[in-house]
Amino acid sequence: MSALVIEGLSRNFGGLRALSDVSFSIEAGERRLIIGPNGAGKTTLFNMLSGVFRASSGHISLFGRDITGLSMHERARMGLARTFQITNLFPRLSVTENLLIALQAAAPGAFSLSRRMRDQTALHERARTLLAEWNLDAIAQRPAREISYGEQRQVDLILAMAVQPRVLLLDEPMAGLSAAEVVRVTGMIRSLPREITILLIEHDMDVAFELADRIAVLHQGCLIAEGDGPTIRAHPQVSEIYLGVE
Amino acid sequence: MHRNRACPSGHDRPVPISLPLIVGRCYSRRRNDNFNETSAGQRAMNFWAIQTLNGISFGMLLFLLAAGLSLIYGLMRILNLTHGSYYMLGGYIGLAAMRASGSFVIALLAGSAAVAVLGVLMERFFLRRFHLQELPQTMLTFGFLFIFADLALWLWGGNPQTMAKPPMLAGATTLGSLTYPTYRLFIIASGLAVALMLWLFQERTRVGAMLRAGVDDEEIARALGINVSLLFSLVFAMGAFLAALGGVLAGPIMGVYPGADFEVLLLAFVVVIIGGLGSLKGALIGGLLVGLLDNFGKVFFPEFALFTIFLPMALILAVRPTGLFGRE
Amino acid sequence: MMNDNRVTIFASIAGLALLITLPAIFGSYYLGLATKMIIFGLFAMSLDLLIGYTGLASLGHAAYFGVASYATGLLALRLGWSVWWALPAGVLVAGLTAALFGLLALRARGSYFLMITLALSQVLWGIAFGWRSLTGGDDGLPEVPRPDLGLPWSLADNTPFYYFTLVIAAIATLLLLRVVSSPFGQSLRGIRESETRMLALGYDTWRYKFIAFILAGLFAGLAGVLYVYYNRFVSPDYIHVARSAEVLLMVILGGAGSLFGPALGAAVIVLLENIVSGYTERWLMVLGVVYVLVTLFAPDGITGVVRRLRQRQGGRA
Repeated sequence: MSALVIEGLSRNFGGLRALSDVSFSIEAGERRLIIGPNGAGKTTLFNMLSGVFRASSGHISLFGRDITGLSMHERARMGLARTFQITNLFPRLSVTENLLIALQAAAPGAFSLSRRMRDQTALHERARTLLAEWNLDAIAQRPAREISYGEQRQVDLILAMAVQPRVLLLDEPMAGLSAAEVVRVTGMIRSLPREITILLIEHDMDVAFELADRIAVLHQGCLIAEGDGPTIRAHPQVSEIYLGVE
Repeated sequence: MHRNRACPSGHDRPVPISLPLIVGRCYSRRRNDNFNETSAGQRAMNFWAIQTLNGISFGMLLFLLAAGLSLIYGLMRILNLTHGSYYMLGGYIGLAAMRASGSFVIALLAGSAAVAVLGVLMERFFLRRFHLQELPQTMLTFGFLFIFADLALWLWGGNPQTMAKPPMLAGATTLGSLTYPTYRLFIIASGLAVALMLWLFQERTRVGAMLRAGVDDEEIARALGINVSLLFSLVFAMGAFLAALGGVLAGPIMGVYPGADFEVLLLAFVVVIIGGLGSLKGALIGGLLVGLLDNFGKVFFPEFALFTIFLPMALILAVRPTGLFGRE
Repeated sequence: MMNDNRVTIFASIAGLALLITLPAIFGSYYLGLATKMIIFGLFAMSLDLLIGYTGLASLGHAAYFGVASYATGLLALRLGWSVWWALPAGVLVAGLTAALFGLLALRARGSYFLMITLALSQVLWGIAFGWRSLTGGDDGLPEVPRPDLGLPWSLADNTPFYYFTLVIAAIATLLLLRVVSSPFGQSLRGIRESETRMLALGYDTWRYKFIAFILAGLFAGLAGVLYVYYNRFVSPDYIHVARSAEVLLMVILGGAGSLFGPALGAAVIVLLENIVSGYTERWLMVLGVVYVLVTLFAPDGITGVVRRLRQRQGGRA
């Protein structure tokens, strides 16, 4: 079954066409890399998939259900999670609180006014487990804005994972990380359950090609190539773009 | 009934009350020249024509305010709560200049220029430190709103003051069967002239192009924060200038009075809520719409005057939260 | 962490004990002032729910305060309703007004939200001002009776009324504390910090903001009801922007996002107003100057300054 099907997706900003008639489908459990030079429309595509922007035309369906008209939180509820290119945490809250909010999103009683946060022991337990699992217990009580950039990227990823998504959109998770941190985050992504479908935007080709089953190449808002690693490497137009631009 | 005198505030002290009190008096004062001397038979038709023209002339004054508000917001993302104060201070300074010089032209120039300088000082020494920080900027302009309101009350007292019309425009103009105050026609013409000039400025000049870019794109507005201090001051001065110009122009028909600042600020807000923040077209159309609604509201439902503005505003908010011409 | 908690609990108990014994210490005049501080403290805390916890700066919060004052005042005066009905009715009217305004204002973001909240409250002010037959116009509604609880002590006296206010405000404070420490309150903080992230996690943030808006309106309404009983009078001034500005300053001066900070800010402003008005008529100007000074020198308020001092001390120790 296809996890995500995109048909003729387009988006205009004023006169600018940021995404033009893009169609592809992604199988459940697939790991798909999306590459393309800056301004190719990668983040626009993510923003349209997650519901930040409405499609100017075209359709998106998630596990067979049309989600084109759904809002951001409705899509998230259906199992679509994402991270952000620019780290998007709750800066003044502690790492644990960040996690609690994410865990609570899917838990019953999120809207409760009468319960107390500190009585949500099950959530606290899960937050602790998650942080221990990723070796981040040392920063559990620190405000998110005070931890290192590399740690922020990891917390960003854990927040997205905490809602137990079926499809995960990762927007340049490795950007700005040190070599050691790249290894670490790559490990994190690789260790995610195999049934989670992952779309990944990444500039670090060596890492990204290794993670992905298939690759899609965007250029100036258009999908110009799709296929596995060797196919893409051999694709004449792709190497032309990359040799020309980077 | 024994009132509890022991309470320090017995009746809540009339601190902010003094403002509304005076505003109220001016609701009736505002239209003190919409007289007409036509025959009884045509009264009905003329009534509509005159009230419409009254609404349009007031709408033009609102346009001057809203245009400045929009301009400042468009470039700097500052919601300037002091904008109504510029209008009121323009009126007072214009009045003082008029009394000193006897010249309406000097009054216009002095009022607008003085307030423009005031605007630049506010921008340079206060608002600039908090570039793109919404809450501190709102707090600062809120503070200045009260400082100026109280300062005006202190300097010029609580009584509404009238400004003489320039002799050349004091009479009435006959349009077919309609006799209408020339001065109000002058306001309409002035408003249209400013609209035209602003349009040319936005469309034909480099600064105007930067302004449009800033309004259209949040990222560009942010990027503009670097090294454009002169542009910021210029636009802030322009906005303050236009508001004060409106205040002086309004002097001869609506008087100059404390509380005008809050009153026109509210109306200017409604104009940009309806028209869209950052849009010149929105300021013009919104201004005319609110001017007309406000005028007819006060004629027909004096007790619920503000309600006639509220309903269309609510309606537009329900359909288009960013106004008719605002960016989504 | 534990130590911090103990300090808070100790301070709360000490504060409460002080508040309870206040009538034994103060004369009637200062007790009246203390009552006013408590009422405005509650008012400021209600706004803090929006500004400090949800990140929504409402510039028209006096609307709910004032509309509740009018509702209770009118029901007590015209229909002779007792406090048992007039108080909840006033609070309810404030909540309904907040629901209506919330529907309109929450559709917008950023500067539009500020403008709309201000404009809507001024529309209410205009109605209170213009509808003389109902509201008495700018003369307001005088002679609103103090509530009669059927107790041996008459609330027309300052001391019983002080305790009446204290009990209601204490209950309201406990409710507010409960709200901000609930999962709902945690979600409000999340919205304040990053609404897009909340949406991406699957939170229907609109619903949270709407409920927060109504809650803030209800508690502001409660403060308004207490104030009309306290002052035995209501005028359009209760709804005016100047009132909204005052309460906004209380929140920021005290330190948004801590409930106690804004209550402290309210006490400071009420006291300041009382002192200033003994010397000069220029309260509005003082208010404006304090606004500017706070923004320039203490943007995170008294609690922020205290926190910074404590951190510095902690660093040295």
